[in-house]
Amino acid sequence: MAVIETEHRVSETTDRIEIHSHHHPRLVHHFESMEQQREAGTLGMWWFLLTEIMFFGGMFLAYTIYRHLYFDAFAAGSNVLSIWWGAFNTAVLIASSLTMALAVYHAQMGNSKKIVFFLLFTVVLGLVFLRVKYIEYSDKFEEHVFPAGDFRWPLAEHPTAPSNVGQLLTMFIGIPPAGHTAEAPQQALPANIDTKYSDKSPYLGISGAIPEEVSKMGMAGHVRMYFWLYFVMTGFHALHMIIGIGILLVLAFQAWKGKFSKEYHSYIELTGLYWHFVDIVWIFLFPLLYLVDRHL
Amino acid sequence: MSEHIVSKKTYYTIFFALLVGTALTVAAAFVNLHNFNIVVALLIAAVKATLVILFFMHIKYSTRLTKLWVAVGFIWLFIMLSITLTDYLSRAWLVYKP
Repeated sequence: MAVIETEHRVSETTDRIEIHSHHHPRLVHHFESMEQQREAGTLGMWWFLLTEIMFFGGMFLAYTIYRHLYFDAFAAGSNVLSIWWGAFNTAVLIASSLTMALAVYHAQMGNSKKIVFFLLFTVVLGLVFLRVKYIEYSDKFEEHVFPAGDFRWPLAEHPTAPSNVGQLLTMFIGIPPAGHTAEAPQQALPANIDTKYSDKSPYLGISGAIPEEVSKMGMAGHVRMYFWLYFVMTGFHALHMIIGIGILLVLAFQAWKGKFSKEYHSYIELTGLYWHFVDIVWIFLFPLLYLVDRHL
Repeated sequence: MSEHIVSKKTYYTIFFALLVGTALTVAAAFVNLHNFNIVVALLIAAVKATLVILFFMHIKYSTRLTKLWVAVGFIWLFIMLSITLTDYLSRAWLVYKP
């Protein structure tokens, strides 16, 4: 027995020495081949994406329940948002998914310059998306529908939404449309404000309300719940985009330095998976938040 | 290298299909389909998400293990949504007593 064991050990060592000279320098030793390594990386990334699906899924669940309970409030809140900005942002994100996929394509081709170009193109489109989100959020603050602080319902300010492509482009670069002042005019407060839960009150100065209290709040409170969901869901989505943009910039720098090749470009593929996932979340967010009862 | 490389033409076709889907979603929102508006919107969104997953994320060309992995994740989400809804959708049932 001992003799056989020794022989086995010797041949194992010889095999190991030979293996070292035959594999890709980036192959990690607990994998048998680059293909297996790649698949393990893909599965690992998807495992993370499944946790992200459950993370956003919880918020989608909250949205589903409250929309089921308070549909009218959701319809009213949704109509405050601008379809122009929402549809434009959806198109921008879908385009960024295309540029990301093309970056992966060029990684598979081993063309470093084109990898850098498409990664940066994706970053630019992501920044365009975030710029629009900034405009939308600012508008919501001006309209007093940000749910914390000075929330007012019925709508005190008229929505400052673009109504055609020209206005969309000028507002994108910061020029307000004609007839709209940059500063929100000061609203005179009604003499007899009721600050408890009431439909008649434009004010709803509460915080930390428990679910039973939400049901007693009437329209104003339910619309406020809609805007909580709007800001938290799009806010987390925007946070994911900011993180993604950071990763893309690092990858672009590494690609410029020539780190990636036809055989080894996992980081780009896996970042692509992350970026497409963020796109999918928005694909669901857009109709659920922006298109509730728009046919009125 | 047995990686399947998706052609640029496929990517552009899917991109165009996604844009068409977005336009459809917006157009359908302006038609009064009563309770079906949400169904149509979610159906189109699901088709768009499927296209992104299959082609942009290369799942169509992946191993069966990867495909199963992805499907299971969405099934898990579906479990959370459906079982919670069995609670909320049945709450009104207790109100009426003959």
